[in-house]
Amino acid sequence: MITVGMDLGTQRVQVVIVKDGEVVARATVFSGFDPTKAAEQAVDEALKQANLKLSDINHFSSTGSAVDMAPYANSKVSMMGADAKAAVYLVPKARTIIDVGAEEARAVKCDEKGVMMDFVVNERCAAGAGAFIEAMARALEVKTEDMGPLALKAERASPINASCVIFGESDVVSLIHRQESKPEIARAVYDAMADRVSSMIHRLGINPEVVLVGGVAKDPGFVASLNRKLGLSVTIPEFPEYIGALGAALVAATRAKETSK
Amino acid sequence: MSKANPEFWRWQEYHRIMPNKKWSKNDVITAGVDVGSVGSKAAIMVNGEAYSWGITRTGSNSPESAKKALDYALEDTGLRVTDLKYIVGTGYGRVNVPMANKAITEIACHAKGANYIWGPSVRTVLDVGGQDIKAIRIDETGRVVSFLMNDKCAAGTGRGMEVFADLLKIPIEEIGEISLKVEQEPEPVSCTCVAFAKTEAMGLLRKGWSKEKVLAAYTRAMAVRMANLIKRVGLEKELVVTGGQSKNIGIVSRIEVILGVKTLPMPRWREDGLDPMVAGALGAASLGKLLYDKAQKG
Amino acid sequence: MTLITHYGYCDGSGEYYIVIDSDKCNGCNKCVLACPQKALQLEIEFIDLEEKTVAAVVELHRKKIKYTCASCKPENNNTPCALACESKAITSVWIPR
Repeated sequence: MITVGMDLGTQRVQVVIVKDGEVVARATVFSGFDPTKAAEQAVDEALKQANLKLSDINHFSSTGSAVDMAPYANSKVSMMGADAKAAVYLVPKARTIIDVGAEEARAVKCDEKGVMMDFVVNERCAAGAGAFIEAMARALEVKTEDMGPLALKAERASPINASCVIFGESDVVSLIHRQESKPEIARAVYDAMADRVSSMIHRLGINPEVVLVGGVAKDPGFVASLNRKLGLSVTIPEFPEYIGALGAALVAATRAKETSK
Repeated sequence: MSKANPEFWRWQEYHRIMPNKKWSKNDVITAGVDVGSVGSKAAIMVNGEAYSWGITRTGSNSPESAKKALDYALEDTGLRVTDLKYIVGTGYGRVNVPMANKAITEIACHAKGANYIWGPSVRTVLDVGGQDIKAIRIDETGRVVSFLMNDKCAAGTGRGMEVFADLLKIPIEEIGEISLKVEQEPEPVSCTCVAFAKTEAMGLLRKGWSKEKVLAAYTRAMAVRMANLIKRVGLEKELVVTGGQSKNIGIVSRIEVILGVKTLPMPRWREDGLDPMVAGALGAASLGKLLYDKAQKG
Repeated sequence: MTLITHYGYCDGSGEYYIVIDSDKCNGCNKCVLACPQKALQLEIEFIDLEEKTVAAVVELHRKKIKYTCASCKPENNNTPCALACESKAITSVWIPR
């Protein structure tokens, strides 16, 4: 049984190929202005990695914010469902999953089989998602990947307007003109995100293990703030940015079995 | 960010004494001082009637900004601070107006001021500033009945509109007019969030939409948002729009269409009418008169 | 008479307000004690030319009310604060998009 999961995000497309329950390929391509084309490219790359052809695939499943633009898709999976499935596959004790994407942040509660039981979503507001971190990095004039290490240097967080990306940007610009500490501003950004995510989880009820996925899982600044806020250490699986695609590929396997019966 | 371009709602500092108005030692002379995040305004009332006012830029220090505004309102009047029987301070946050007898919230002062400027028929006020939006329902005396204050989300504020003006490279004072230069009103952009709407707008431009059409779609979305804020406190005629965005005809005309009401016209303040920008200070001075009278009754 | 304050906001993701009627509020403090997030407090407000002690949402929570109140599930309209109120002065508006 060979399945492909495609996660079409606003910034990147991720593709994972699962063969008989094992991951055999991972590929990612920038979405650009044509996510469909980017997805085709990513599928191509993944197939090459695994030495497979399109015709070898039993089932394609898609997920992500641009889910409807996926090529080849036989079915769709919700982002929450994909998160839950993949998290439990990688971390069998996972029961709460946090996924902070560029445009949306999600917290998902699941059972031991990776079936989603409840979820909370933050959408349509840039301050509630990864876009906030990127925008603040721009205002601080640092690269997004440097924000984390910068924040770790700070002992405290400076007070910033964290409720809105637009107001936050103006705030940070004036703080910098006043020579306020950049590390403290960076830490304030992560503390604000962590505060929001923590509230989202409390609404679901914290059920360990708490797994953090998505691109932001690789950001040490966010992880530090989140652990501090939650009072526990979140688990970060390998290749956290591929969670959506992996989840879609795993769900695809279940669906392929059902349709072949 | 358009730091180099003057803001549309960047007004001139000025002070004015109402023509044909005088004061005498027996009058109850009160003052209101409204220290905002951008502008500080002070108004003097003689027996509850507007006499003079001044508008200055808020500096980094609230108490100093308050004093500067009050001095400006007193300039050339022959009045001194000691002639004022009651001073009410108001403004952004629990601001410090050291010479005030009392501090009152900006909402209450703004409501009273709107009632003074437009009269008892005004019942709903939408105040759209540079960094916040207030929706206020009032009764015929200018008492607040219901209100909300939004300073959490930039959508619709002056700052949010600036972002779009910058994106489309349109001078901020023209965004209202230009947003109306479309043959057919397009659907509003799907994102109210300014940051996401910006990305959506860039996509539309790439698809070949004209600047006018993109601006129309965005302005429509902002007007829908503001109409929702008004509905939240309950729309009751008459409606007025105050603040920087009151000059944005693209926003005001769309709000009127969405709600099915016409807003009351701006007073002709340039020709010696009352300036809506001093609504808060006027309201404060008016409340000062009421408080003074109450204290006299003992 | 009513004097209704909407604490909270409307943004791209929806409308979230804790709504307090200062005319109905008698300053009994029960809502303040009932709130698990300590997001309410008594404040002195100037109403009808007099000072009145009424309940209000703490300043720092007003711009993140969606997060502060999330765990009380205001969409079900039986938050601890509303249930505790003697005069039915607190309600909530919770409309995610």
